[in-house]
Amino acid sequence: MNVVALSVFVLLFGFVTVLGFVAARWRRGDLTQLAEWGLGGRRFGTIVTWFLLGGDLYTAYTFIAVPALMFGAGATGFFAVPYTILVYPVLFLCYPRLWSVAHAKGYVTAADFVRGRFGNRTLALAIALTGIVATMPYIALQLVGMEVVIAALGVQGEWALFVAFGILAAYTYTSGLRAPAMIAVVKDVLIYATVIAAIVIIPSQLGGYAHIFASVGADKLVLQPATQTNWGAESAYATLALGSALALFLYPHAMTGILSSSSRHVIRRNSVVLPAYSFALGLIALLGFMAIAAGVKDNPAFADGFRDYGNNFAVPALFLQSFPSWFVGVAFAAIAIGALVPAAIMSIATANLFTRNIYREYLAPDCEPGRESQVAKIASLVVKVGALFFIVALPQSYAIQLQLLGGIWIIQTLPAVLIGLYTRWLNPWALLIGWGVGIASGTAMAASLNFAKSIYAVTIFGVTIPCYAALSSLILNLIVSVALSAIFNALSQTREDATLAEDYL
Amino acid sequence: MAQPKSKGARLRPVHLLLLLPFIAMLWVGFYNRAEPSLAGIPFFYWFQLLWIPVGALLLWPVYRAEDRDSGGRPQ
Repeated sequence: MNVVALSVFVLLFGFVTVLGFVAARWRRGDLTQLAEWGLGGRRFGTIVTWFLLGGDLYTAYTFIAVPALMFGAGATGFFAVPYTILVYPVLFLCYPRLWSVAHAKGYVTAADFVRGRFGNRTLALAIALTGIVATMPYIALQLVGMEVVIAALGVQGEWALFVAFGILAAYTYTSGLRAPAMIAVVKDVLIYATVIAAIVIIPSQLGGYAHIFASVGADKLVLQPATQTNWGAESAYATLALGSALALFLYPHAMTGILSSSSRHVIRRNSVVLPAYSFALGLIALLGFMAIAAGVKDNPAFADGFRDYGNNFAVPALFLQSFPSWFVGVAFAAIAIGALVPAAIMSIATANLFTRNIYREYLAPDCEPGRESQVAKIASLVVKVGALFFIVALPQSYAIQLQLLGGIWIIQTLPAVLIGLYTRWLNPWALLIGWGVGIASGTAMAASLNFAKSIYAVTIFGVTIPCYAALSSLILNLIVSVALSAIFNALSQTREDATLAEDYL
Repeated sequence: MAQPKSKGARLRPVHLLLLLPFIAMLWVGFYNRAEPSLAGIPFFYWFQLLWIPVGALLLWPVYRAEDRDSGGRPQ
């Protein structure tokens, strides 16, 4: 056991725990209101939103899994960079409209908006369920990130994970979204310190960047080039980046981050300043190559870690090998706290969806605001227990496979949510059928790959185009939604739209 | 309501700038090569890393144009 690293780790973890509970008093609001508990009172300005969204989107799992993919598969893991580049034009262009309409109508979730825009509770339920089901395995994966660093510190058993999650559950319950917003600041300071140290110290130990890239095999350094008949890894790379970028802000936790900001301009400004995190992510991705150059896989001290956690152990191993003990504590704390922030926001977002779009819509239509907030708090606990069960009781590969499916599922809400921001021409029943077609076809594609990959090769005019299943199934969804809308709209023109054109501006 | 309504939602030619990151990033064949490398970093990597600040800078003129359009200060 690494005593110095563990002490630093526990100290930092204790600090954010205190912060999590103190957060309830920050910009004090009436926490018995759902918009106060679950959206921080929609009062976060540009800077807080920057930290919150940064902590929310660039998760601990990303920091472990992206370099792990670079370590194992090479260049293809770098798709995270174009992905995060393409996210921001979409965020800038579309989501201020969503903020405005949510603010005007008091919407807390994307399903609230769909309910109001299309006046169809079945479609809203489909949107809400998609969000909940796609997010649950994502929360579970945050635990994987935490589990890996706890094991790397030499702590045996799962009790530490239970303690960490118990603390997380307690302060999320009392403080709501204010807790992760405050902790995100600490997380970011630690992450940036770690990244800067890593890109300065490790390359100098390994003999510079040229040497690092030289030690990566030629097959991993760039993608397999496309040919006349097979677009190969290049189209897989491009569609992964585009599909992931379109899906990201449809996730409930991203939506919660957006809706908690104090104005549409906060979102616009953040589209310009959030890419600072993408740069950190790009550098973190390169840690995978540094781990190759450092030869961590051949170090017998790390054999157990690689056996238990596979390539996810590459970054912890690299840190253990390169940093002094006290800084290992800082870096591991950055990853573990980096898991707490998104896990808290994800559980809050799922709880908001359950409370607004299932509980109040179907179970207790007359419930008072205080009751609504109470139900959400309890739902956030249930969600976290579920995620914990997932990780402890089931093989880790289930969570990874489900998260992969989650990306395919959540993107099917794009026609209703994103296109719905611009037009109500699409018919709600057509959208619902399109959604079903998208979910079914996307899941079938993943199933045909044994849920191990999400790149499904489509053959058009004799050319094989490997494509991210989320994107190809979204195209089917869009075709069905548009075609059926044309038919349904011709049959009936009655439509209830609770929103007005000026609500979006 | 304290906030004036902005007209930022209307699309104008300046919004075409937002297409550039999509063209640059989705044309993978263009940057899927090791040379020319920069300070030992292959083209594939430095080109994409470079696009992170470029993508952010491209948003800036669009942001300004939207604000001017809505009549001065955003808030």
